[in-house]
Amino acid sequence: MYSKNLLGRSLLEEAIVTENLSKMYGQIWAVKDLNLRVHAGELFGFLGPNGAGKTTTIRMLTTITKPTYGRAFVDGFNVQEKPEMVRKAIGVMQQHLSLDRDLTVRENMELRARIHHLSADERKKRVEELLDYVGLVEYADRTVDELSGGFQRRAMIACSLIHRPKILFLDEPTVGLDAHTRRRMWDLIRRLNADGVTIFLTTHYIEEAEALCQRVGIIHKGQLIAIGSPIELRGKIGLFTVVMVTEGGKFAYKYFHDRAEASKYVQKLSNSNSIKSVVIRDSNLEDVFIELTGGEVIGE
Amino acid sequence: MSLFSDIYAVFWADLRVLRRRALRTLATSLVNPVLYLLAFGYGLGRGISFEGYSYLDFVVPGIIALTAMTSSFSGAGSKLHVDRLFYKCFDELLMAPIGTLSIVFGKSLIGVVHGLISSFALVAVGLSVSPSFRASPLLPLFMAVLIISCFVFSFLGVLAALLVRSHQDMGSFSAFVIVPMSFLSGTFFSLESTPEALKMALYLLPLTHSSQCLRAAALNQPFPLASLIALICFGIIFLTASIIVLRKTSV
Ligand SMILES: Nc1ncnc2c1ncn2[C@@H]1O[C@H](COP(=O)(O)OP(=O)(O)OP(=O)(O)O)[C@@H](O)[C@H]1O
Ligand SMILES: [Mg+2]
Repeated sequence: MYSKNLLGRSLLEEAIVTENLSKMYGQIWAVKDLNLRVHAGELFGFLGPNGAGKTTTIRMLTTITKPTYGRAFVDGFNVQEKPEMVRKAIGVMQQHLSLDRDLTVRENMELRARIHHLSADERKKRVEELLDYVGLVEYADRTVDELSGGFQRRAMIACSLIHRPKILFLDEPTVGLDAHTRRRMWDLIRRLNADGVTIFLTTHYIEEAEALCQRVGIIHKGQLIAIGSPIELRGKIGLFTVVMVTEGGKFAYKYFHDRAEASKYVQKLSNSNSIKSVVIRDSNLEDVFIELTGGEVIGE
Repeated sequence: MSLFSDIYAVFWADLRVLRRRALRTLATSLVNPVLYLLAFGYGLGRGISFEGYSYLDFVVPGIIALTAMTSSFSGAGSKLHVDRLFYKCFDELLMAPIGTLSIVFGKSLIGVVHGLISSFALVAVGLSVSPSFRASPLLPLFMAVLIISCFVFSFLGVLAALLVRSHQDMGSFSAFVIVPMSFLSGTFFSLESTPEALKMALYLLPLTHSSQCLRAAALNQPFPLASLIALICFGIIFLTASIIVLRKTSV
């Protein structure tokens, strides 16, 4: 029944499709009427402030949380009807440390390989390959407890890749990493995507979404409030931003679709003496995010 | 085929952990039973004879039964409930393409190993201190019942670990279910001498059946086959309940 969507893409070309996917916890909607499509091969970013519903969405897509209502298809399979098919296709790196702390890195990887039915030879080969890939060869035989946070995250991503998943879910993969390690993680994510892995990544670091993602969805209070490429999203509020600093030292922003308009506005401002300084610059994803989640635009 | 390899995969990880802590685990699980043996077998019970046996002969199988229970229960339940509630590593099993039966059964096996290690240690003690135990021709039957008991209480440990919502819950389950059961189930006294109503209630406890069977086998008495069947039924109930709970709790 789900052979084609509006764009004429077959479901197989869509790595993830959700239809009014919703989850209620107690009195609150953690996720409400989420309609989303992530194309196969895409690096998709899911951006939202704390408590927006990013993790809840991932948990529903990865078959461990049941939606209150709505449906989701991952790799063409309904997550509730064919969870075992979905599980074969996905790799997941959870937001919080999800390795067995009493086991070594290598043992954790081997366990993952076993529960994903890799043969003994394949297991061995894949573990060594991935240890090298994420730069953990020297730490392979330490228990997870003994590793620093950054190395734990590298071990987590290695574990999530062991069975060569088609679709990879990364829940805030770079949280708590230093600048160097973050860049390394970004490189790794790009490399995986270039190898053909579809990536669904959540973050609340805007520069991360901007640096990595081909398309970004912004979720706020459980609802998808914007979706598109970074440039499309910037286009939504206006590609140019006028930043004004008032007498009181407060910042104010106004967005324009072309530079001429922005300049005209600035000219007008120069007569006003309540403005101390003013600049025109390109809008960025952060502007979009603040504007859309700030409350003025979407109400509430 | 894949069922067995999945069960083994889950069990394998727990075995690796056990390997690292085997001695400490064994020592911890033996403290209580050895104390019971000293206090009840040698202290309190010295000189008392019971159903024609010395109290020591009588109490050793009971203590083995309760050791099998506590050790299997905590062996299966204690790491599992922590992994499920506090560390997200249990979620990883749920996100893998393996069935709930494999998860539940695989997670129980480590309890069975814990239970067997500590109760075998006590069997060795029993063989050295209790002449009737040593003389019993029914030792193979004894071992079979012991293994079955370990499975039953491991399933119970998994069930409890899947049900609890906090670390405290797990403690309460132990305090309100496991500890009372260890004293009441005919482990230290004979069911013959208890009032009829209480006896009926005690037959609702799985450990009662386990200790009855073990004692009969150890002392070469007529074997209570009905109790063995009851014990197996408890095992099936706990296993099935665990699977149902696991399927339901993917909230
Ligand atoms: N198991 C749960 N029980 C009750 N409420 C929950 C549960 N999980 C999440 N919530 C609630 O659902 C909402 C969305 O949470 P979620 O973890 O999905 O947010 P998030 O976008 O991942 O946030 P963060 O950036 O902080 O990780 C929050 O209000 C949270 O309190
Ligand atoms: Mg989250």
